[in-house]
Amino acid sequence: MHQRMVSLAAKGLSVSLFLLVCGVASAAEKVKVGYIATMSGPGASLGTDILDGFKMGLKHCGDKLGGAPVELIVGDDQFKPEVGVQVATRMIEKDKVDIITGIVFSNVMMAIARPVTDAGIFLVSANAGPSPLAGEGCLPNLFTVSWQNDQTHEAMGKYLQDKGIKGVYLMAPNYQAGKDGLEGFKRYFKGEIRAEVYTEPNQPDYAAELAQLRSANPEAVFVFYPGGMGVNFIKQYAQAGLKDKIPLYTTAFTVNEAVLPAMGDAALGIVNTSFWSPDIDNPANSKFVADFLSTHKRLPSPFAAQGYDAAMLIDSALLATGGQTGDKDRLRAAFRKADFQSVRGSFKFNRNQFPIQDFYIREVIKDQDHQLIGRITGVAFKDHSDAYCEKCPMKW
Amino acid sequence: MDLVLLFVQGLNGLQFGVMLFLMAAGMTLVFGVMDLLNLAHGSLYMLGAYLAATLQVHTGSFPIALALAVPATVLIGMALEATLLCRLYDRDHLDHATMTFALILFFNELVRIIWGPQARFMGLPDQLSGHVEILPGVTYPVYRLLIIGVGLLVAGFLYWLIMRTRLGMLIRAGASNREMVNALGVNIKLLYTLLFGLGAALAGLAGMMAGPILSIEAGMGEPILILTLVVIVIGGIGSVRGAFLASLLVGVADTFGRVLLPPALASMVIYILMAAVLFWRPQGLFPSHG
Repeated sequence: MHQRMVSLAAKGLSVSLFLLVCGVASAAEKVKVGYIATMSGPGASLGTDILDGFKMGLKHCGDKLGGAPVELIVGDDQFKPEVGVQVATRMIEKDKVDIITGIVFSNVMMAIARPVTDAGIFLVSANAGPSPLAGEGCLPNLFTVSWQNDQTHEAMGKYLQDKGIKGVYLMAPNYQAGKDGLEGFKRYFKGEIRAEVYTEPNQPDYAAELAQLRSANPEAVFVFYPGGMGVNFIKQYAQAGLKDKIPLYTTAFTVNEAVLPAMGDAALGIVNTSFWSPDIDNPANSKFVADFLSTHKRLPSPFAAQGYDAAMLIDSALLATGGQTGDKDRLRAAFRKADFQSVRGSFKFNRNQFPIQDFYIREVIKDQDHQLIGRITGVAFKDHSDAYCEKCPMKW
Repeated sequence: MDLVLLFVQGLNGLQFGVMLFLMAAGMTLVFGVMDLLNLAHGSLYMLGAYLAATLQVHTGSFPIALALAVPATVLIGMALEATLLCRLYDRDHLDHATMTFALILFFNELVRIIWGPQARFMGLPDQLSGHVEILPGVTYPVYRLLIIGVGLLVAGFLYWLIMRTRLGMLIRAGASNREMVNALGVNIKLLYTLLFGLGAALAGLAGMMAGPILSIEAGMGEPILILTLVVIVIGGIGSVRGAFLASLLVGVADTFGRVLLPPALASMVIYILMAAVLFWRPQGLFPSHG
């Protein structure tokens, strides 16, 4: 009897959790969602992570979005803008998708944003947030659920400024995202920039740059090295014996749960900024982290969280329209409300349809299972909006 | 730049050069002697790193992982040569490039299927993860010194193999006149398989030496493949001595270019070097063809 009560209570709890995170609506016709990301080649790990998160969101919604059954079509942009456009065009014309999501890289986003939204399709970016689309080029059918590219770097600039650091040595790959990242950092850090070093994109070895850095002996170092470059840099920084001498600061683009296993103890203790962390305490996040861990046998990264929130956002918008996508103005109004429980906690859209959200300071620690994981130690920004929104002419 | 920094950067250049040599030696032999343009050489490097990382996880031992990863890479390389690449010998270089480029894509997706899209980790035993004082007040990572040592040892071994053994004599003969060696009744098929195995061993060794420094991920072989091609063009195709000197030249030039020049120019340094060599010595610095 007692056991039955417990199991009943557990069932009740899981049903109410289901109600909490997802919408339930009357049966509607099928919704077609196109997912475009870099799914092959060296940049593929992000696309896979975001898709895993998105699918986890779908699963938590009973494989429905806004109560409507979902057909998910996955396309690979091969990290090439022109391929991205081809894939998007095929999804719109042949597959007749209602919504497109995914989009890892900003150059792909810049190429497909107009063709997709001009066709009357809603585009939900789960990663890329380039500045032109947040400012003058903002688009009524584009919703970015992740962040504007500069925001996470701004958070670290603010943190080091508040900490009273006088001089910082900056490093990033020599491409647009690298330059944007350091610009974002400098927008809030007003101390001395000891050096601004740009390295070749995908450079594997940093021994030469690290020897220069050591001899400059700055008070602190801030770097932006995403993906494999970050793994190389963090390992080599520790191996060069610099980690205990010159504190290294970065963002969750470099140090996140997807690459921490590959970095090992070299990443332990590194302070970074992020809009999300596995330890954010709310029911939606706890459920997401626990289920992701048990399904994929690895911790979710911030990228997986973005994919999850993209699914939840689409679910909330379709729920408000009863699964209908025909009336664009009605669907847009529903998207703008962002009426869903984000795993990051508070979330709302700015006028340019980029998020207003908190940014956290995290430290890499080892949890009780000896896994490396980010843990929040402070808040850099409350309700932070991006620097470009003012230039967006869109009216709500 | 003071003298100490100059010395440290010199060591960095040497270490980078030695790493390139491990790749270039195998590739230049395969290209020079077998006339096979193997773009998938970088894939063998990647497989070496993945195998070593996996063996380290399963055996818990760094030396055992290293000892097993090289023979495993050799087996994969020889199997590849005996089944696929041997069909390319009487075809032209465009077919070589097409086939071996396809192999790059194949191996990149294969490791993604087997090991997943996330990068893998390879640790170092404590004795190798520290630093030593090479000059008063100047430390250098032990592991990078080990790479330099291993690279120089391999260079010595290859010198002995090529200059002092019967196999080496055949390799030298093959590099300067392939048809003649064939006509003299040497078992060229076996020689080719052995040579390709040697190339695979060197690529696998380079990959697993890189494992603890670099991110082990799909596609890690391509950046180093491009540098390797630059090295063998500068050194002269088929010449191990040329590959050795060109590797060090490229390693040192790239290192100093990166610290002394603005980034746009720094990334061009080695290509400018290659263009200059091609202009004045199109056959490379130490060509082996007669």
